[in-house]
Amino acid sequence: MLKGWRERFSGTDLVMWLIGAGIVVSIIVGSVATLASGRYAGRHWFDFMIFGLAQGSVYALIAMGYTMVYGVLRMINFAHSEVFMSGPYTAYYVAAAFYRSGFLDSHPFLSLIVIFLVAMATSTLIAYLLERIAYRPLRNAPRLIPLITAIGASFFLQYMFRGLYGPGFQAYPVVKMLEGQWAFWGLRILKFQALVIVAAAVLMFALYAFIQRTRVGKAIRAVSEDKEAAYLMGIDVDKMISTTFIIGGMAAGAAGVLYAIMFKQVHFFMGFIPGIKAFTAAVLGGIGNIPGAMLGGIFLGLIESIGPSLFLDGLGIVAPYQLKDAIAFIMLVMVLIFRPTGIMGERLAVKKA
Amino acid sequence: MTRVLTLWKHGIKAGLLGGLITVLLSLMGMVEAFSQRQIVSGVLSMDGALLGAAVVFMGYLAAKRTTRAHPLWVLINSVTCGFITGGLLLLLIWVGQNVNLRAVFINASPTLYQLLSFGEGLETAPVLFVAGSLCGLFGGALYLLPGYLRKALTVSLVSVVGAGVLQDLIRPTLAAWEMLAEFAEWVFSSNGLTEQGAAALFILVAAVTLLWSLKGKAVQSGFKSLPATGQRAIQWTAIAILLLILFVLPQIVGLFLSEVLTIVGLYVLLGLGLNIVVGYAGLLDLGYVAFFAIGAYVTAILTSPELGFFSLSFWQALPFAILIGIVFGVMLGIPVLKMRGDYLAIATLGFGEIIRIMVLSDFLKPWLGGAQGIGKIPKASIAGFEFGMPQEIYYLILAGCFLVIFISLRLRDSRLGRAWKAMREDEDVAQAMGINLVATKLLAFGTGAAFSALSGAIFATKLTSVYPHSMNVMISINILCVIIVGGMGSIPGVIVGAAALVGLPELLREFAEYRLLVYGLALVVMMLVRPEGLWPEAVRRREFHEEEPSENNGATSTASASS
Repeated sequence: MLKGWRERFSGTDLVMWLIGAGIVVSIIVGSVATLASGRYAGRHWFDFMIFGLAQGSVYALIAMGYTMVYGVLRMINFAHSEVFMSGPYTAYYVAAAFYRSGFLDSHPFLSLIVIFLVAMATSTLIAYLLERIAYRPLRNAPRLIPLITAIGASFFLQYMFRGLYGPGFQAYPVVKMLEGQWAFWGLRILKFQALVIVAAAVLMFALYAFIQRTRVGKAIRAVSEDKEAAYLMGIDVDKMISTTFIIGGMAAGAAGVLYAIMFKQVHFFMGFIPGIKAFTAAVLGGIGNIPGAMLGGIFLGLIESIGPSLFLDGLGIVAPYQLKDAIAFIMLVMVLIFRPTGIMGERLAVKKA
Repeated sequence: MTRVLTLWKHGIKAGLLGGLITVLLSLMGMVEAFSQRQIVSGVLSMDGALLGAAVVFMGYLAAKRTTRAHPLWVLINSVTCGFITGGLLLLLIWVGQNVNLRAVFINASPTLYQLLSFGEGLETAPVLFVAGSLCGLFGGALYLLPGYLRKALTVSLVSVVGAGVLQDLIRPTLAAWEMLAEFAEWVFSSNGLTEQGAAALFILVAAVTLLWSLKGKAVQSGFKSLPATGQRAIQWTAIAILLLILFVLPQIVGLFLSEVLTIVGLYVLLGLGLNIVVGYAGLLDLGYVAFFAIGAYVTAILTSPELGFFSLSFWQALPFAILIGIVFGVMLGIPVLKMRGDYLAIATLGFGEIIRIMVLSDFLKPWLGGAQGIGKIPKASIAGFEFGMPQEIYYLILAGCFLVIFISLRLRDSRLGRAWKAMREDEDVAQAMGINLVATKLLAFGTGAAFSALSGAIFATKLTSVYPHSMNVMISINILCVIIVGGMGSIPGVIVGAAALVGLPELLREFAEYRLLVYGLALVVMMLVRPEGLWPEAVRRREFHEEEPSENNGATSTASASS
């Protein structure tokens, strides 16, 4: 009995559980201390939540690209963050032109739609070319090779756009329609945050319906289930993989514009951090699982927005907002350690990885 | 008609692709940035070489695609390719002069159009077509030439370009000796090679390469037929000469180049450490810079009077830096023991970022200095001799490199090294063979972290200050590029990789801005074309070349993928 227990529970497990328990305890202690001190009122928490929800829905949209590509190719598309960056950065020039000509303020809906379309088209093109040029020749290569290629492609794309558009930050023009806020019951929602949440929700729903309801969506699901069997059933596997990249690119391009509306600037390096966060979200929801990626993204956005004030502040840490990225990364590592299949996990990541 | 089109297809395709590449190169500002550097003074500058090389390469590809056709068709295709590329460049100039491209592409300047049109504007339209077609023709002809001639031509052209590019390195070194000064004057002008120098170099290198491809086999077999003692004597002499050169190098090449050498040396140290983790043990670690940071910060905390905790000397702090590096290596290794492949990569990337964010935060500022970093780190010294100048620090790094190379060499074929490689090939089989995966993995992480911490400690004393900004994820990626381009698991590969990826960009200032672009491209191309690296380990070379015959068709065959 004792021997069996000792075999199942090794020293490394003990260390890991200690780390995990330490983190959980500090979260609880910190949260209790913050709530007891009453530093933040209810409306503060509501602001944090709305911001987290907006940020999380952007992560969720990007995470769909990661998770779908992982589903069909079993690889982390490291360059997806650059697919995300390329869209809004290119659309910036359209937006700036609209802004200068006054079209943006006179026809805000139309110009927003055009901006979205340009961004989505660019991201889709980049995603398609990426798959075609860099990944397709490596279909049967050892696992490490596509990953390294993806890292290389990511850097190449970043610095290609730096070379084309310049190294500086570009301020995204503000749409007048989206300034201001709605207030009710003493709470408030910033208009642009509402737009981001609604737009992301609509897009996610559309994508999910596409994957679940259409023939192409069914074929993609078949490919991610079993490539060979799908091939035998007459599905053009290569075409489906391209389609997956295209859908992921569209989602990333739209997410990019939403991100630019939220943070009001674009830069050639802007994809890196949201990219990693979105990947975290995908892992959180169980990589390969589309609803999981959505939930994971929203959860991550909320934690990132609420977490620093909730549990770091209570622990007496100065400037807790500097550590919000660390929270995301710690969560990533914790999920990978304790539940690599994610919250909704259906795939056995460890075995297949 | 359709037959003609199918034959022409490859030329047109390659031409469009070539046009895209050259237009992209121009719009990214590479052409303008490189135009400053003359290769052959007044004849050829680096932008011309860059664009020309791109077109020649595409012409070569177009020719290669049409192998089975008549040689004339091969040439027609490569000329078509060059013609189309020239046309697309022309289109860029034309569009640029009528539309303000600069509103979007900041590098689309009038200077660029001047450069592209050989300084004339639209009137030189036919010249671009002719130049493109000639470059394409050259590429096609290169393909049709017998192998040894092609090799001689490319090697000598590349060495002329190389000599021109590295003039700042070669000319002062030659001029330092009186007897060579006159020779240097003859070969180099104030910028770039002289015409006679370029011609002489071209002929010399071509002759040597030709001779080698005709007689090389005989020399090699002659070496092989020597008695074992004789072979070893020759090898040892070569090594001794190399050591001597390494030892006197900083005294010859001057301050700036010594500085470059120290940077390359630091990357060699880091690369050899990551080589153990990634190359030997197959654990893709993207947070490797964390241990570099730990080494540097431990040294800083222990030695710097600025924080006032300790004021040890460098040599007293060094063992602590390495020890704490190992402890962190093992500690960060434990949680990721069960992860493989991409999951491991992302988790380690996360660790690296967590450590950087922690160091940067105000929370730990009293201990780690926050964004301002830690300054006033004392220089290392032995018996009153202080390692201050780059020329002196060079010896410190050289000693470190020797130590690390020695350990790597000894580990490579040891029981532990073989266990690492077994694990790299297949973890499950390795475990079934009785390898303790936990201990083996942790030893790999620990050893890698130790080398990295050593490098970090030397880095801290070299700069006499440490900043969190010099510890970002780019460094991890750089090191990964170094070992992958050099050849995973190969010690000379790491050195070649560091010299190529770290040394060259330091020497080419114009290049600095495009460094990461080229890194990214190098990684992709390397993985597509030569996944084993520039100087691969013998085992890996064999592994990758076994598949070669089937691989040629494999690229186009579809859907047989299995995961």
